Amino acid sequence: MVEFSGVGLRYGPDAEVLSDVSFNLQPGSFYFLTGASGAGKTSLLKMLYLAQRPSRGIVRLFGEDLVSMPRHRLPGFRRRIGVVFQDFRLIPHLSARDNIALPLRIAGVSEEDLSGPVGEMLSWIGLGDRAHAFPPTLSGGEQQRVAIARAVIARPQLLVADEPTGNVDPDMAMRLLGLFEALNRLGTTVVVATHDIHLISRIENAQMMRLEKGRLSDPTGALRYPPNRS
Amino acid sequence: MIIPRVPAQHRRLLPDRRLSGPTPWVIAILMLLTLLAAAAGVGLARSANAIGDAIAGRVTVQIVTANPITRAEQAAALRRAAAAQPFVRSARAVEQAELRATLGQWFGSAEGDDPVLQSLPLPALVDIDFVGEDRAGHMAQLRALVERVAPGARIIPHAEWLGPVARLIRSLAWIAGALVLLMTAASAAIVIMTARAALGTHYATIEMLHLIGATDQQITRLFQRRIAIDTAYGIALGTAVAAAILLLIGWQWSGITSGLAATASLGAAGWALLLALPLLAIALAALTARQTLLAALQKIL
Ligand SMILES: Nc1ncnc2c1ncn2[C@@H]1O[C@H](COP(=O)(O)OP(=O)(O)OP(=O)(O)O)[C@@H](O)[C@H]1O
Ligand SMILES: [Mg+2]
Repeated sequence: MVEFSGVGLRYGPDAEVLSDVSFNLQPGSFYFLTGASGAGKTSLLKMLYLAQRPSRGIVRLFGEDLVSMPRHRLPGFRRRIGVVFQDFRLIPHLSARDNIALPLRIAGVSEEDLSGPVGEMLSWIGLGDRAHAFPPTLSGGEQQRVAIARAVIARPQLLVADEPTGNVDPDMAMRLLGLFEALNRLGTTVVVATHDIHLISRIENAQMMRLEKGRLSDPTGALRYPPNRS
Repeated sequence: MIIPRVPAQHRRLLPDRRLSGPTPWVIAILMLLTLLAAAAGVGLARSANAIGDAIAGRVTVQIVTANPITRAEQAAALRRAAAAQPFVRSARAVEQAELRATLGQWFGSAEGDDPVLQSLPLPALVDIDFVGEDRAGHMAQLRALVERVAPGARIIPHAEWLGPVARLIRSLAWIAGALVLLMTAASAAIVIMTARAALGTHYATIEMLHLIGATDQQITRLFQRRIAIDTAYGIALGTAVAAAILLLIGWQWSGITSGLAATASLGAAGWALLLALPLLAIALAALTARQTLLAALQKIL
């Protein structure tokens, strides 16, 4: 599914932010990525969701080499990946509903076909009555839920979430995690970066990866011994 | 292609701020100036050609023999002899009354009945138009003819004194053409700056769209549509004002039926060119925007 091998990343001429990162993600698995602030979690995820090419090493996604992939093929891959950004990145002049519908519209889904799923998703995240509100008028937690809804609406094969529960209360955090889990059961590979140890213990079979100063350690052996999910 | 089709739901990605920026107004001004320069260029080029055609093959023979009776006889003889030549299209003796009337305008008596004017010994003039292009040959033959029929008469080719005027007008027409090109380049530059500014303003949206799998084509269509519509408004406005000005000038000129002004009307081809310019401008703006956008998006991963 995802294969990193000897990956290094540097921004500009500075020292490497990530060094010698190697791992394999198994299809249909659930991964947590932890590490101190500044350890490089977001940087790693950026390569995963194709916002950043590595400075060195090999990255393979869905069986294809991403480092040498021509630009024009990237959109097709990105449509198979859902992303929850640490800073949400909602489009401020689009309503909550339009933000959630965006990936479907970009993929060319017709208005009739998308209105059902988008409506369901809105009520599921508890924003059914705020469908036409604009992000700046939503609370931090509400914006986060919209961001998550946008990431999962197109049923991605790979879901990448960067601190997806940072702004919601524990109840809502569990609800959202439940959504990720449900998606995971349907076959989506999930990677969640978080500081919240509590959250990690809630998912059965979840594997943990840990970043320390730009290097990956493997406390649960998730990477050496891929989970068996028969 | 020019104004790409974008689904209504996608249009909302760019907040609606139509005609709020300076671009449509700058484009309108440039379009106005372009059309006026083009109209001037076409008009001047046509005048230059008209003058050129009129003077190219025409000479006036001036007979200044002192005895008025001999002078008139020589003029009549020259007219007849010239008209009989194969290289002459037409030969016409200018009536003394006509000459007096022309001169009378300077003497303050339109009918030419001023006593001073009556007493002036006027030269006899014969206008001759040549056939064909062999000017030097025709001149030599005419000179021989004049030597025989009216010795001492002067031959004045019109090209000699109107030629510089025609050349001046022609260079003005070229300058107008150059101005059209320069203003076209300036308009394209405005469109490029507008496209780049739009990308800068909406960078966060574009990044987001890329990351959820939007293609460069999709994003380009979105922006190209907006820029094409904005510039089309500007072009339409500039064209409307230019048309009003040109029609006003045309109306004023139609009152002056004589002289160079009459030859300066634009002609069917000229009007067609002026009508084509705004359409070309709309296409040029859209394509410039498209290329700028695609090139800029290439630089984002
Ligand atoms: N665009 C960038 N340009 C330069 N340096 C960057 C950039 N993005 C991140 N960094 C640096 O890379 C390092 C890792 O940052 P990153 O955002 O990946 O950390 P993180 O683990 O996600 O932290 P947090 O938990 O606070 O989100 C930091 O030292 C940061 O300053
Ligand atoms: Mg981060």
